[in-house]
Amino acid sequence: MKQNRRKFIKFAGVAAAALCTAPAVAKAAGGGHAAPIMKNPKGLEAERWAMVIDTTKLKTEKDFAPLIEVCHKIHNVPQIDSNQEVKWLWTGSYDETFVEQPNPHMNEELKERSYALLCNHCENPPCVRVCPTKATFKRPDGIVAMDYHRCIGCRYCMAGCPYGSRSFNFSEPRDHFTEEELKKLNPKFPTRMRGVVEKCNFCVERLAVGERPACVEASKGAMFFGDLNDPESEVRQVLRERFTLRRKPSAGTEPSVYYII
Amino acid sequence: MLERALKGSPRYYGWIGFLLVIIAIGGAVWINQLMEGLQITGMSRDVSWGFYISQFTYLVGLAASGVMIVLPYYFHKYKPNKHMVIFGEFMAIAACIMCLLFIVVDIGQPQRMLNVIFHPTPNSILFWDMIVINGYLFLNILCGWVCLEHDRMRLPHPKWVKPFIIISIVWAFSIHTVTAFLYQGLPGRHYWLTAILAARFLASAFCSGPAILLLVMKLTEKFTNFQMPKKALHTLTTIITYAMVVNMFFFLLEIFTAYYSQLPGHTHSITYLFAGEHGHHELVPFMWTFIIFAAASLALLIPPKLRKNQKILPWALGILIIATWLDKGLGLLIGGFNPTPFGTITPYWPTGKELMISAMIYAVGALVVTVLFKIATSVKEDMGHSQALPCGCSTEDKCECTPAEEAA
Repeated sequence: MKQNRRKFIKFAGVAAAALCTAPAVAKAAGGGHAAPIMKNPKGLEAERWAMVIDTTKLKTEKDFAPLIEVCHKIHNVPQIDSNQEVKWLWTGSYDETFVEQPNPHMNEELKERSYALLCNHCENPPCVRVCPTKATFKRPDGIVAMDYHRCIGCRYCMAGCPYGSRSFNFSEPRDHFTEEELKKLNPKFPTRMRGVVEKCNFCVERLAVGERPACVEASKGAMFFGDLNDPESEVRQVLRERFTLRRKPSAGTEPSVYYII
Repeated sequence: MLERALKGSPRYYGWIGFLLVIIAIGGAVWINQLMEGLQITGMSRDVSWGFYISQFTYLVGLAASGVMIVLPYYFHKYKPNKHMVIFGEFMAIAACIMCLLFIVVDIGQPQRMLNVIFHPTPNSILFWDMIVINGYLFLNILCGWVCLEHDRMRLPHPKWVKPFIIISIVWAFSIHTVTAFLYQGLPGRHYWLTAILAARFLASAFCSGPAILLLVMKLTEKFTNFQMPKKALHTLTTIITYAMVVNMFFFLLEIFTAYYSQLPGHTHSITYLFAGEHGHHELVPFMWTFIIFAAASLALLIPPKLRKNQKILPWALGILIIATWLDKGLGLLIGGFNPTPFGTITPYWPTGKELMISAMIYAVGALVVTVLFKIATSVKEDMGHSQALPCGCSTEDKCECTPAEEAA
């Protein structure tokens, strides 16, 4: 009798385990095919998107103000005046931007320029490597993107990014908009929730419908955007002709943002 | 066996009540953090990890304290440690629980915590840290509980538990290594980007962890009839001394590499911590306290005469704990984030609320230790293992005072 009960419990245990794992096994066997999507025929595509910023044309806070404004406006980035701020596109001095290439006797004008700071959309992004949930990931077109709904807010990516490109929503982002601003939020792009990380996304949502990044459009020709893997693209042409720098090349991340000096 | 934790003196219940009050107050602040978000902390865009993660890092060291008792007993058949093993294992349980809680309070979306399991990502060290800490917690609960249960029933420890004990000893090294990898693999953080970080984590864990354990054991001796065997106590103190020497040696290696090479990346953080930079000197007094306390603890631990003096020992261990905490629980984290990726300094200091939530977690740890140690000491008392004798020795000491009395 006892033997029978033991057998029964064993059988029940194995059966329960099989029932629990069956869906996962079935899913794994299916190869995880994503649902089919219909592409926008007008959408822009590339093997590796890259940006070149002409710092001889964009050099003062005033030059950058409209670019930052349009970026933060269309992505509903709140303005927070504390060290817990959120920013996608902002500016820094030469020393802050090119920390590894200091030069105390540099040309005054170069030294006084402001330089655009944003996510570098690295070829080899440390933030993607460290993320424990794949909430930040590299798309096939080279853009490092975020899934705000999967992010657990561990902020490991912020420690991992050598460029300080990432911001964390310490507070509820919508609390930082006035009544008026809330009415004018861009309904085409989600506001984020508290407790997740965010950063520049190279305007993936605009590329998908055939528009170039908002800052590039607002720069009136002082920023170039294109496919780094296409020798005929505008970015490759500029990179051939002009002297450019990238931030912290020694980090081995292969940034996709170049600065014409 | 848990019922043994329910029988206690008013003083025992008073202590439990005190801890519960701290947990309740800290819990209320945590609820406030859940409603308001991490804006209530002192963390910022530049210093994006703070007190929580640094306490987590320090407590991983405490989790390993036990292995310095367990390893000599199981690998070297060092008998005097026999009745100390359970306390090492139980301390590890409390430490792992605190580590996990510090992670939970630190993340921005705790309700999504299980995404780490639903979307397993082996290239993230955090994924592995989740595995090693939970694994170590499980191993210690299993080994500790099974062995104590069999002690209570006056049965030999079952054979099947031995492999788990062996695994847990090796596993103890993994928790430090993986926690160090969390830091030392990041390309932009020069203070952490050093191959010796994991080795330093091990060294500092093997001095600070057993030091905390020894102090807690000394308190346990005060409140119960348990008495550590002298040999076990001395061996552990010697291990602490060696580990601290190695820890400080590794620290000096860092200093040499940085200041002889004079590579800016290597020197900047250390200069910020010990001398201040860009007009920021917030951590300078703390870091020099670390150096002075580390030197003082070594001065009190290295000479055998002082090391064996039980009046001095608690003080030596106390300043060793403060020194290692300042180094690993404060400087390591802030020095890693400063200078920022822009070469600037963003000071960080925990807020009162952050400290209250941390106090809650420490109180949870103290509660777990109290309950588990209460159970362990009551079993040891029933068995007459390692009990205090009137002469101040332990029954395991086989000292000359007892047989003489018995003979008379």
